[in-house]
Amino acid sequence: MNSPATIPAATCRDAPILKERGQREVFCGLTGIIWLHRKMQDAFFLVVGSRTCAHLLQSAAGVMIFAEPRFGTAILEETDLAGLADANDELDREVGRLLSRRPDIKQLFLVGSCPSEVIKLDLARAAERLTQLHAPHVRVLNYSGSGIETTFTQGEDACLASMVPILPATTARELLLVGALPDVVEDQAVALLTKMGIGPIRVLPAPRSAEAPGVGPNTVFACLQPFLGDTAAALERRGARMISAPFPFGEEGTTLWLRAIADEFGVDDATFEAATAAPRARARTAIANASEHLRGKSVFFMPDSQLEIPLARFLTRECGMAAIEIGQPYIHKGLVGPDLDLIPAGPTISEGQDVDKQLDRVRAARPDLTVCGLGLANPLEAEGLTTKWAIELVFTPVHFYDQAGDLAGLFSRPIRRRALLKLEERA
Amino acid sequence: MKLTVWTYEGPPHVGAMRVATAMKGLHYVLHAPQGDTYADLLFTMIERRGHRPPVSYTTFEGRDLGEDTAGLFKRTCQDAYDRFQPQALIVGASCTAELIQDDPGGLAETMDIPVPVIALELPSYQRKENFGTDETFYQLVKALAGPVEKTPHITANLIGPLALGFRHRDDIEEIKGLLYDMGIGINVVAPFDATPADLTRLGAAHVNILMYPEHAETAARHMERVLGIPYTKTVPIGVGATHDFVTEVAQICGVEPKKDLSRLRQPWWSKSVDSTYLTGKRVFLFGDATHVITAARIARDEMGFEVVGLGCYNREFARPVRALAKAFGLEALISDDYLEVEKAIEDAAPEMILGTQMERHIGKRLGIPCAVISAPVHVQDFPARYSPQMGWEGANVIFDTWIHPLVMGLEEHLLAMFREDFEFHDDAGASHHGGHAQPRTAAAGGLTRRHLGPNQWRHRGRPPRIFLKQRSKRASRRTRAAMSWSGWPMPRKS
Ligand code: SF4
Repeated sequence: MNSPATIPAATCRDAPILKERGQREVFCGLTGIIWLHRKMQDAFFLVVGSRTCAHLLQSAAGVMIFAEPRFGTAILEETDLAGLADANDELDREVGRLLSRRPDIKQLFLVGSCPSEVIKLDLARAAERLTQLHAPHVRVLNYSGSGIETTFTQGEDACLASMVPILPATTARELLLVGALPDVVEDQAVALLTKMGIGPIRVLPAPRSAEAPGVGPNTVFACLQPFLGDTAAALERRGARMISAPFPFGEEGTTLWLRAIADEFGVDDATFEAATAAPRARARTAIANASEHLRGKSVFFMPDSQLEIPLARFLTRECGMAAIEIGQPYIHKGLVGPDLDLIPAGPTISEGQDVDKQLDRVRAARPDLTVCGLGLANPLEAEGLTTKWAIELVFTPVHFYDQAGDLAGLFSRPIRRRALLKLEERA
Repeated sequence: MKLTVWTYEGPPHVGAMRVATAMKGLHYVLHAPQGDTYADLLFTMIERRGHRPPVSYTTFEGRDLGEDTAGLFKRTCQDAYDRFQPQALIVGASCTAELIQDDPGGLAETMDIPVPVIALELPSYQRKENFGTDETFYQLVKALAGPVEKTPHITANLIGPLALGFRHRDDIEEIKGLLYDMGIGINVVAPFDATPADLTRLGAAHVNILMYPEHAETAARHMERVLGIPYTKTVPIGVGATHDFVTEVAQICGVEPKKDLSRLRQPWWSKSVDSTYLTGKRVFLFGDATHVITAARIARDEMGFEVVGLGCYNREFARPVRALAKAFGLEALISDDYLEVEKAIEDAAPEMILGTQMERHIGKRLGIPCAVISAPVHVQDFPARYSPQMGWEGANVIFDTWIHPLVMGLEEHLLAMFREDFEFHDDAGASHHGGHAQPRTAAAGGLTRRHLGPNQWRHRGRPPRIFLKQRSKRASRRTRAAMSWSGWPMPRKS
């Protein structure tokens, strides 16, 4: 029962990848700020960008969340474009004002945008300068969330990667979990691993800068999200070693992810079984119930959140769906390889996007469910297709056993709705 | 550089999108990075449009910058033309593309596109969304509308309604009705549902009804100058303004100011005894200039409210709003800084806010009821039912909408009378609003007495024990869903 999942003979690992370059329909990396600022309670995210960047954050969040959330946009104006010296002065002044008004801020992220990058405003230098200015109270870091460098969830990767070089050094043998998950889910992961006797367990990002984990040659880490490639590389540069596994979505994904860590820590089968048997059984039942409407149905993934490959693995192997196309903004086989290994060959694997051509394929295939961004969902529904908005998968607790049923439910709800609604005129 | 948290207006290219998306047969080629495609969701999610905005983005990436972004723009243009076969194209740059200076207009000109191509110059680092709507519509009209023979009978153009507008869809129907009653026909409605071909017929009308000055005043002026079409200055929101509007149109067109008031219930609704409870309610008005100016008159003359503060976020209209405020003995707040608006509202301590979705949040935080009168608005402000703001039915709708958040009539007395009762305490709010019976504490709402109106929310003592219990339950539920913070409706756990 703890043996590795059966690996299909021909898998998607070696399937040819359809690479497309055309219009993309995907958020930029700034979007990650919407969840990151909730996770890091003493951090502020200052986007150095344009009115568009501010508008994106507001629109992606759906509504305004708080009066003064821990993020904002320093909007570049004509004068800032005229001379970079002035832009730097302006930035220093805005940061000074912000920090004096918000003494609770201990980490400030200067987040680069397309405009700041095109005018070559050097935020790395600005961060150094401002760190010196506001030390020791505030540490200033920088990363790019720009649309010319990052898509959607890549922003979180860039953010976490920017923190790695300043993590304290340690030689302790520790497990580091990497990725910003809802607290409730993170707690479940820690509880499961602790039950197997694994520890100490640290998490990146920590809720507060003072609790930042250490990293060193004896650190082993596991990613919680499939979009943390740069962060993983940065941790490896600090000597840490990655535990590679499918991602913890669904019962199978969670079990394989836990098993890989358990193996690393020499946990025996009996202990593993004792810790996981009950929640596994619960997850299986929950998935069985929630996936009733998914079995035998087809699914098409438009590239969006980077979760597409692991979710396709979940839907095809645990919910009985058939994938037609699995599109991802970019494919990092070092991270999603173990998930690709489990998906039998068949679906088209695509990377990048040419949205009009891809929509032609959706219309031709008429999948039972299309997973796509908010901009495409209603237009496809209006064409009689059923959709699931991808952004919800990033905003909702979906990892690990206790959420496995909910995860299946997210996909089955639109299909159930279609079956339930009787709005058409009867013939 | 200016630190901004929440914005009333997007960038000017979003204004251009609002024009393009409202129209049919027009396509917008926008030189922009991939993240800018977020703007599609404004139309598909907030306005629930069942089609994608007619916009092709070049979505250039970092690696394209050193290479050939101009070539990418031209390819996108050609692909867009080939695929969508529009009657006309508009081309332009978003804030990032403006910096790389590819000159979309110039590039498109060198191409062999057999339909009119209209270049937009929208300075992203100086102007905002409403400039974008007004300028885009003006450029379209300038390029497409020439002198044509007038219609034999008297007709009007309705200009200004567009995508993502506050109740534009229904205002159009209401204005058509008002004109119909006077025997005036409709020539063209634009941009809403108009094609580029329709715009070429604009000159056939006898009058332009300028519905929303922030979106079409420049076009109206242009048509007055070049095509000799006069335009209306009265925006018919409210009973008095609608009467004035009919008079104005009748004068311009030389027809009888005929009205059908059979559906107008508002004056009586304001005069009935129940509405004495509205008298003297202190209101704060904030939004776009058009809606604030009209709302001020309604509030004072048609509801009997006391206007304690007013302002607008679109600076282009600062002058009329300042003049209006002066006439009300107030100083106008002209600002697009959300925190400044919040501060002004807090200081004025009104009993109700008439504002935008932003003020709805301010109201929630300060415990002040709020009705929405202006864009920017959210998905709940695009109702399925007919609910115009303009004309006679608009006046009815506004009465209902504005009193809805208030505790009305006898209920107000009862709440005061039984305020020590735990189910009936002031914070329970109006009985027709569910889920309000929760204690307000500093953590939950952060109110002090001075924010509160004279009649509401009097309960300031320690909340009865039962509420403290409820509250902790609430808190734990909040922790559970700690990361479901998106404003988009999320499924609940069963
Ligand atoms: S794509 Fe670039 S310009 Fe657009 S919102 Fe993202 S960072 Fe800002």
